[in-house]
Amino acid sequence: MPKLVIDGEEIEVPAGYTVFQACELAGKEIPHFCYHPRLNIAGNCRMCLVEIEKSPKPVASCAMPAADGMVVHTDSPLVHKARKGVLEFLLVNHPLDCPICDQGGECDLQDLTLFYGPDHSRFRENKRAVTDKYLGPLLATHMTRCIHCTRCIRFLTEIAGVPELGGCWRGEHMEITNYIEQALHSELQGNIIDLCPVGALNSKPYQYRARTWELRKTESVDVMDAVGSNIRVDARGNEVMRILPRLHEDVNEEWISDKSRFAYDGLKYRRLDVPMVRRDGRLVEASWREAFRSLADRMAALPGERMAFVVGDLVDAESMVLVRELAERLGCPHLDCRQDGARIEGRVRAEYLFNTTIAGIERADFCLLVGTNPRWEAPLVNARLRKRWRMGGFRVARVGALFDLTYPVEDIGEGPETLRAVAEGKHEICEALERAERPMLVLGAGAVAREDGAAVLALAHRIAERFGLVQEDWNGYNLLHTAAGRVAGLDLGLLPGEGGRDLAGILEGVEAGEIELVWLLGADEIDVSRLTNAFVVYQGHHGDRAAPIADLILPGAAYTEKNATWVNLEGRPQHGRLAVFPPGEAREDWKILRAASEAIGRTVPLDTIFAVRARMAELAPHLARIDTVTPAEWGKFGKRGRLAKAPFASPVEDFYLTNPIARASEVMRQCSREILRPLTEKATGTHG
Amino acid sequence: MLHDRDRIFTNLYGEQPWSLEAARKRGDWDGTKELIARGREALVQEIKDSGLRGRGGAGFPTGLKWSFMPKQSDGGPVYLVVNADESEPGTCKDREIIRNEPHKLIEGCVLASAAMGCTHCYIYIRGEFVREAQILEAAIAEAYEAGLVGRDACKSGYDIEIRLHRGAGAYICGEETGLLESLEGKKGQPRLKPPFPAAVGLYGRPTTVNNVETIAVVPTILRRGAAWFAGLGRQNNTGTKIFCISGHVNQPCTVEEEMGIPLKTLIEKHAGGVRGGWDNLLAIIPGGSSVPLIPKSVCEAVRMDFDSLREAQSGLGTAGVIVMDKSTDIVRAIARLSKFYMHESCGQCTPCREGTGWLWRMVTRLAEGDADIAEIDLLWDVTKQIEGHTICALGDAAAWPVQGLIRHFRDELERRIVARKSGGDRAAA
Repeated sequence: MPKLVIDGEEIEVPAGYTVFQACELAGKEIPHFCYHPRLNIAGNCRMCLVEIEKSPKPVASCAMPAADGMVVHTDSPLVHKARKGVLEFLLVNHPLDCPICDQGGECDLQDLTLFYGPDHSRFRENKRAVTDKYLGPLLATHMTRCIHCTRCIRFLTEIAGVPELGGCWRGEHMEITNYIEQALHSELQGNIIDLCPVGALNSKPYQYRARTWELRKTESVDVMDAVGSNIRVDARGNEVMRILPRLHEDVNEEWISDKSRFAYDGLKYRRLDVPMVRRDGRLVEASWREAFRSLADRMAALPGERMAFVVGDLVDAESMVLVRELAERLGCPHLDCRQDGARIEGRVRAEYLFNTTIAGIERADFCLLVGTNPRWEAPLVNARLRKRWRMGGFRVARVGALFDLTYPVEDIGEGPETLRAVAEGKHEICEALERAERPMLVLGAGAVAREDGAAVLALAHRIAERFGLVQEDWNGYNLLHTAAGRVAGLDLGLLPGEGGRDLAGILEGVEAGEIELVWLLGADEIDVSRLTNAFVVYQGHHGDRAAPIADLILPGAAYTEKNATWVNLEGRPQHGRLAVFPPGEAREDWKILRAASEAIGRTVPLDTIFAVRARMAELAPHLARIDTVTPAEWGKFGKRGRLAKAPFASPVEDFYLTNPIARASEVMRQCSREILRPLTEKATGTHG
Repeated sequence: MLHDRDRIFTNLYGEQPWSLEAARKRGDWDGTKELIARGREALVQEIKDSGLRGRGGAGFPTGLKWSFMPKQSDGGPVYLVVNADESEPGTCKDREIIRNEPHKLIEGCVLASAAMGCTHCYIYIRGEFVREAQILEAAIAEAYEAGLVGRDACKSGYDIEIRLHRGAGAYICGEETGLLESLEGKKGQPRLKPPFPAAVGLYGRPTTVNNVETIAVVPTILRRGAAWFAGLGRQNNTGTKIFCISGHVNQPCTVEEEMGIPLKTLIEKHAGGVRGGWDNLLAIIPGGSSVPLIPKSVCEAVRMDFDSLREAQSGLGTAGVIVMDKSTDIVRAIARLSKFYMHESCGQCTPCREGTGWLWRMVTRLAEGDADIAEIDLLWDVTKQIEGHTICALGDAAAWPVQGLIRHFRDELERRIVARKSGGDRAAA
């Protein structure tokens, strides 16, 4: 462990630290632009220069390894002169457009200029102007502001694995550019907006919409996938203006996917903001009182077994507690939170969790992907897998459809028969699985949402047992959910009760006339055309697929509009917080359910969110341990059965349009059109 | 004055063919096997004792550089890279070596590789050197044919592969790590040091980068002995050196001379003197465009070696002597150099990217007198803000010529400003 003297104080730092890190450890702030702890060192901004005794020149601290006996000065006249010089150079060609720049108020260059900048410009020549680049519907560019730190290039190349940005030309003509004028093909590209230390890369949807200091910042949790990325919702008045990532090393590090970041405009469109009842075949606006009366008319006399509840992907844990309590009081056994038809039984918690944990991926040495496309189903899990691959000594094999995951993958088959061969030890890859010390298997949500899902689960269980995926301090079996609400639903037991029907059974029951009322709680991704025989109650926040066929609409709150608990795919409960109020007459979902229960005459006596959470802790004690992953006990799951021939398919067909909010978002539609479609569709010559 | 018997490059002017046969007659490839047989330690020690300093410009002791290479092989490749990307304005020594003495270079590659345990040698040649690349390619093929290079080179039991790689004509690819990036197929941008190439170089492997002239003198030093080489020149500035004299002299030439020869002697003896006589001299850039110029007063007595020129606040650099007589518009001359550095800056790090353009624009205005007196100090400030703050030495190289101008011709700059202020453009010229 090298010992250095920094500004007169001796400090011991871990081996491999740079002088920059040593200075930070010593509590010295070193100004910097290009350095970023998660990216390779570029050392090109020259802002972090420090003085090291015996070195004739000031040294870029970010690139200099800390060595024993170094005497470092971070506050000497030489250092200040060097920093002032560098800053002056950065400013000579930087436009003075801070008043109209979106970065204003959170700009590194602005902040450092305050400390080191000159009070006037000595630059008499003309400033450089650079043509803006087209990078797609998400990124706005103002390349004249670029200071060439190359963070964006490094992020896309290293972390996103999509090397579509680079530096062209030389000297003062150097430009950061995508080589071909087209949208970037990364689902993590929004992160380069945060990385850009100046206003060269901005959010296109947010462009010129607000100033950072006007925004009210609320720390919350994302629901666009099951990762549970930590986010900050920035709002002005009652409008969400933008969404940014929040640091959580074990979940999303400091990145979020583009869907998490940009789908928020969907919160403004197609909202259900007033209760509606169907009269004479048309949905008409009604008061809550009328809506509940209509509900009571239908439900009060209906026996429990003639009604059903289906819970969708974006539903919070609190609402699910209420659904469970209400169904129990109604005597309704037909209850299902698996709207994708997954064959998860839910008896063994380990069956449906990402047991390895996201951070745990970094400890694995072999990964078998089964019927999943993590790049679209959970971009940050994919980023972790890529991170692990970059660390070296990591092999990834896949059973399922081909897709570029940004790291090399060995494709060993497409369907369940390959999986069976692996489970029986008859496949070449078994040798690698056996040799691996900490192997992991990722089972896609699509692989279990099939007729033979239970058999696939049984095979996965066999593989886990056979190849030592489950060890004392290691569980390599993982199910990769795509729905933010699924794990909470399974934890809370929102599954068919005694004699109850699952989703397929409910749909059949409706068609057979055995089920007369279906309550859809945010469930849109089902075949709603099969519900025409029943009275459909739709409770949710968007007029998406199910609302048009509903007979009664109870307007709920979206994820930014309620205080609620979300459980991510690892089984980590986290609190989302209210950033803006639900629009119009819409209300938080658990409150709607609570009020409805009273209207029907089956009151659920949970009157405050604390009471709901207390009940939740009774049902599933680990959900009370916020931000903690409670390891699940291993057990037997899956059911042996006939395997289908069909190859595995990912449930995500279009990354940008997976849920009602994203589908309502104009930005997401644009992404789907401009980023995805060119990859899948050939132009016919009559296009635009 | 160098005696003919001490001359290393006996065919510098191409009076004889460059071919292997002719080279052998001149003494090349003589006893190479025995030299290799001396062993790594002995070869490096011999070069250390000779006091040879790198001929690429920085003058780093070659033997010391070689000793940084790993002593024990880990089984992977170890590289010698020869920098033949000679792009320094005013310099044309490597070109002559490759044209007329390619076998000195190739034999040097074999011996230097043997001294450092290199498995592969790359020669990175400037893209514009088309004919030279053809000659070198043919010479390497000859050497392979004769069993001097390749497996069991010179029957010594030592394997060495030599490959020629043509650059695309960027000045920055002559910087050792920029060269390595370019050789790897990337954009030529210098790397951060540390790690130094001896630890992490080409493709992440131990690498030494040497100039053509440095490598080409190695066989002769080893054959004639360190003492002979060290006996030439002055202390710490030993041996012979190829000087390239261009500009306002009667006979521009490239000539091998002893280190430490007085500049005046060099010019009068070999280049036929300054055009219009010594008194017509204005200034000299003694070491290629990157070093500060020295005015006539300094030229009178200065010796041509690393340390003497450093004392004169200039440098030996590549020993490209650019002579300027009194007909020269010295400010425009320096402005032209500034334009060169602006054009060749790679754009990677801030001071050089933003500073070189600023320098060029200011010097260009100063050439016309279109400035304030205070801007001379600003210009000086800007050069100081670039110097020493960049990843590679191109920043320094851009700053130094301008510093030399201000140091020695400040009165000329001021005169132009005053003249323009009082009488318009005509007076300034």
